[in-house]
Amino acid sequence: MSERIAPTRTTAFEARLKKRYAAERRFKALGLTSILFSVAVLVFLLGTMTLNGIGGFQRVELEVPIDFTQAGIAADPSTMQQPGATQALEAQGLRDVVQFFAEEHLGDEAASQFGSQAWRDVADAIAADPSILRGEANFWLPASAGLASGYQGEGSSEMQALAAQLSEKGLIAKNFDPGFLSRSDATDPQQVGIWGALKGSMLTMIVTLLLAFPIGVLAALYLEEYAPKNRWTDLIELSINNLAAVPSIIFGLLGLAVFLTMFPNLRSAPVIGGMTLALMTMPVIVIAGRNAIKAVPPSIRDGALAIGASPVQVVFHHVLPLALPGILTGTIIGMARALGETAPLLMIGMRAFVATPPDGFASPATVLPMQIFLWSDEIDRGFVERTSAAIIVLLLFLLVMNGLAIYLRNKFEKTW
Amino acid sequence: MTVVHDNLEKTQAKMSAKSVSVFYGDKKAIDEVSIDIPTEYVTAFIGPSGCGKSTFLRTLNRMNDTIPSARVEGEIDLDGQDIYRSGMDVVQLRARVGMVFQKPNPFPKSIYDNIAYGPKIHGLAEGKDELDAIVEKSLKRAGLWEEVKDRLQDSGTALSGGQQQRLCIARAIAVDPEVILMDEPCSALDPIATAKIEELIAELNGRYAIVIVTHSMQQAARVSQRTAFFHLGKMVEYGRTSDIFTNPHEQRTQDYITGRYG
Amino acid sequence: MSPAILLLLALGLGLAGWLAARARAWAFRRASPDGRLPSLPNYHAWYVALWIVLPVLAFVALWSAIAPGLVSQSVLASPAAADLPAFGFQRQTMLNEARAVATGAAPAVFNPEAAGLVEPYREALSHYNLIGIVVTLLIAFLGGVWAFLRLRPDFAARTKVERIVMAILLGASLVAILTTIGILASLVFETIRFFGMVSPVDFLFGTHWGPDPMASPENPDSSRYGAVPLFWGTLFIGAIIAMIVAIPLGLMSAIYLTQYANPALRRWIKPALEILAGVPTVVYGYFAALTIAPAIRDVALSLGATNPSSESALAAGLVMGVMIIPFVSSMADDSIAAVPQAMRDGSLAMGATTSETIRRVLVPAALPGIVAGIMLAVSRAIGETMIVVMAASTAANLSGNPLEAMTTVTVQIVAMLTGEGSFDHPATLSAFALGFVLFMVTLGLNFIALSVVKRYREAYE
Ligand SMILES: Nc1ncnc2c1ncn2[C@@H]1O[C@H](COP(=O)(O)OP(=O)(O)OP(=O)(O)O)[C@@H](O)[C@H]1O
Ligand SMILES: [Mg+2]
Repeated sequence: MSERIAPTRTTAFEARLKKRYAAERRFKALGLTSILFSVAVLVFLLGTMTLNGIGGFQRVELEVPIDFTQAGIAADPSTMQQPGATQALEAQGLRDVVQFFAEEHLGDEAASQFGSQAWRDVADAIAADPSILRGEANFWLPASAGLASGYQGEGSSEMQALAAQLSEKGLIAKNFDPGFLSRSDATDPQQVGIWGALKGSMLTMIVTLLLAFPIGVLAALYLEEYAPKNRWTDLIELSINNLAAVPSIIFGLLGLAVFLTMFPNLRSAPVIGGMTLALMTMPVIVIAGRNAIKAVPPSIRDGALAIGASPVQVVFHHVLPLALPGILTGTIIGMARALGETAPLLMIGMRAFVATPPDGFASPATVLPMQIFLWSDEIDRGFVERTSAAIIVLLLFLLVMNGLAIYLRNKFEKTW
Repeated sequence: MTVVHDNLEKTQAKMSAKSVSVFYGDKKAIDEVSIDIPTEYVTAFIGPSGCGKSTFLRTLNRMNDTIPSARVEGEIDLDGQDIYRSGMDVVQLRARVGMVFQKPNPFPKSIYDNIAYGPKIHGLAEGKDELDAIVEKSLKRAGLWEEVKDRLQDSGTALSGGQQQRLCIARAIAVDPEVILMDEPCSALDPIATAKIEELIAELNGRYAIVIVTHSMQQAARVSQRTAFFHLGKMVEYGRTSDIFTNPHEQRTQDYITGRYG
Repeated sequence: MSPAILLLLALGLGLAGWLAARARAWAFRRASPDGRLPSLPNYHAWYVALWIVLPVLAFVALWSAIAPGLVSQSVLASPAAADLPAFGFQRQTMLNEARAVATGAAPAVFNPEAAGLVEPYREALSHYNLIGIVVTLLIAFLGGVWAFLRLRPDFAARTKVERIVMAILLGASLVAILTTIGILASLVFETIRFFGMVSPVDFLFGTHWGPDPMASPENPDSSRYGAVPLFWGTLFIGAIIAMIVAIPLGLMSAIYLTQYANPALRRWIKPALEILAGVPTVVYGYFAALTIAPAIRDVALSLGATNPSSESALAAGLVMGVMIIPFVSSMADDSIAAVPQAMRDGSLAMGATTSETIRRVLVPAALPGIVAGIMLAVSRAIGETMIVVMAASTAANLSGNPLEAMTTVTVQIVAMLTGEGSFDHPATLSAFALGFVLFMVTLGLNFIALSVVKRYREAYE
């Protein structure tokens, strides 16, 4: 028997084997390439956003030294703390003062290239510290959008020339612009900020959280712990699973047809946006919550039931606390998704131009992703950098939220 | 410790292990085992649960490679060549040393494709006819042909447990291996299916070197001519099956087969 | 602001009820011979508190829905409203302005005509606020007293409270059904209105899409409402181009991660894919519009394509595909991981290489799960909005050339609903009909996929 040559020991077999190993290597390389592709896209995406976005946190400014001793502007420190301060300064001709010194320092042509709101920066500085009125102060004030793009080497040739001239004298520069984080939308890319959108996002998220979290957790508890196995329960489960996969824009249509018909005065308001997103987030929380509740070992329930606790007590005293980390993880992930969501909010009118931060849940607002969408539609080149900067802020928020979720998941993963 | 190779007649060893130790991470699961596996006989591995029978069996066709923490020391020869040497090819090795698992694991494919799988990947058949012939021959050898010849396109998972296990044996012999390793092949089967498999092993004996791990002493006595007794990762005793069961040299073997432990 | 005040009021009253009931229960307890009650005093307290808070909450929800309507009705009934423009945008603006001033949100009116309305507004507001508060107090009082009077030493407060809790839990889970019903109802209702103006046959089978929101809503031109080019664009971008990218890359990523990658690599790649999945679609859309679309146009031009669009289907589809990769990958990952290890071992023990095992055993065995995952991915892609809104076109185009501009269902929904069109115009209503089609298609895909996944899980359990 042992002379028999097995077919697996022939030279033909070994030749085939070489080919098979080559196929194996190709296949493995293909897999690695796929992964590297995704990673490369991610790096490229984040890279372009960062490169563009860094410029978005800056703006082109012109230098204007103002000698307030010659300006004849008076400011009473106590009134400067009040909201009307800017108007008071305007009434005293601060605008012209700024214009005068700008012409003096930069020349007429450049002085006409200020952003229309530039003098407000001076007013703010005075309001913050009225004592500067007693001396000379140096300001960097935002240039007009046209000059700004000229400075970047784009736009009209006159502006490019003017910018080159100014920059030779060191009168124009691109400076870090902290106001980007504290201003709101504007028509001039030099004047925009994301605070308004950010505040709108926060208000919207608060509403979403307040609605989706309790409803989601309670529904998860019901389905996992008490629901009888019948057709109604199946229907609820089916609805939840489907809602989790329904396109987000459909929720927008629901918000438009139901919420806005019920509350027509609240168009663009965070409360309506929050309600719409809550319906979208709730199924995510229910599904995550059910999984977390399922992971609580039955022995804990049995132990509590055995000492005479009622089913409600068992759930609220024992199961829920143990499932909470898992539920929170799911909630954060759902909220992160809601924070990045744009489409449903388009439907309910949160695309309005909102130049002042919303002052409540019922006032017109926009949200950060919507602000990105709106800016991306702007023609002015200055908005490209601003858009990327806003994207960076949004991604940072999402990164923190997802990081928190991953941390929670790792920390509390199956501790029993 | 001494391993008793009780005056066995000289046979050509198909496989021989020399001081083989296996580790899972830092844990030693097999400790310095040496054994010769002949072609002519069926060799049975017995021993209490957790003593390392499966682990040792899996080292014989390097299935332990699929467990990241597992590490093997020592030498295992197949026809005199170390299977752990660097030039050794696992694919060819596993084609030569087939394996049947404790739980039947037919692929979720048709019966025909289950058997044809090995010949296809190894390119052992020239055309459809040859493949058909291999499938038929393997199923016949595994004693399954009569039961399935009319439904070769049915799913392999639709068979009964015993049929599935014979399908897995047929699948293993379809590539014409030289050694077949069986890890408790009957533990998931009822007595009648078990009897069929045992019959099959007797049929296959002589054509292939067969190693079978079993928990049933009766089974070892029925199907094997050589028996190795493992305990706590060591091979305690190896010899003729009849000797091991009637006249063991070691107290621990004696205790085990008389049911003192395990 | 008034709902917030009412809510605070409700909570305050609830707290008062809670404290009172607890005090009473403690009194029972001290009086009882063995110093025990069937239910702890806290349950008595909760019983009363819930009886106060829940009815009030229900009222507040109802009230905040109807009160604004009542207010504006009474303002319109006032003599000052007589000189308002009859209808339309201006009228609404003035009402809004007057309301803003009356509630203190704005310092002064901009339109002089609105000034006359401020006073009636203020009056109506305070009138209805008062009514709201009085009714709240009344309901809280009635609920509280009723519950309080039922307290007895042997009162089974715990059972009662638990029954209420159960009802709340059930109510919470019914929200999901209500949402589904709400979606269906609103879509169906508006779709029926739309089909009253445009025949469903023209809509579903017509090949020309070009609604004119400015045209008179009477007798709309049905032939401009043929949605086939939209369906085609949606499928071409979401189900074809995106899937050509996402399926192979997602599947191969999952295979590499589960079968080849060492744990260290996996630890890094998985979060990277999760980040990719977590990037908001508006960012992808911006990326597509700003970077990919011009690049594709340039490449196409340099390859000699005539007149490639800068809003090509290809750009939107490619970026959408990238967005879907992590989704396909994680679905495939789950399905492959669910194939029993015994299958893998069985194949490897036959001498199959890893890739042979994957291609011939693991993937076929995991196929139901993978196909279900792909169906979910398609459902996601065709419902995706921002990428196509930003990178695809609004011009309908029935073409097979990926370099041409194409539009999708979601793009048109957005276009029809963000214009100035009125709610009675077929162009606006067509958005709901499109939404209805989208909803039904994704529902079907999800339903099939979810049941396949479920059955597949059971098969390997
Ligand atoms: N993948 C693994 N990782 C770590 N340790 C393992 C692994 N597989 C087996 N072991 C350990 O190695 C030892 C031997 O296991 P093995 O499965 O070989 O025993 P066995 O003799 O086949 O037992 P049984 O009769 O129950 O099948 C046991 O202690 C077991 O816990
Ligand atoms: Mg074993």
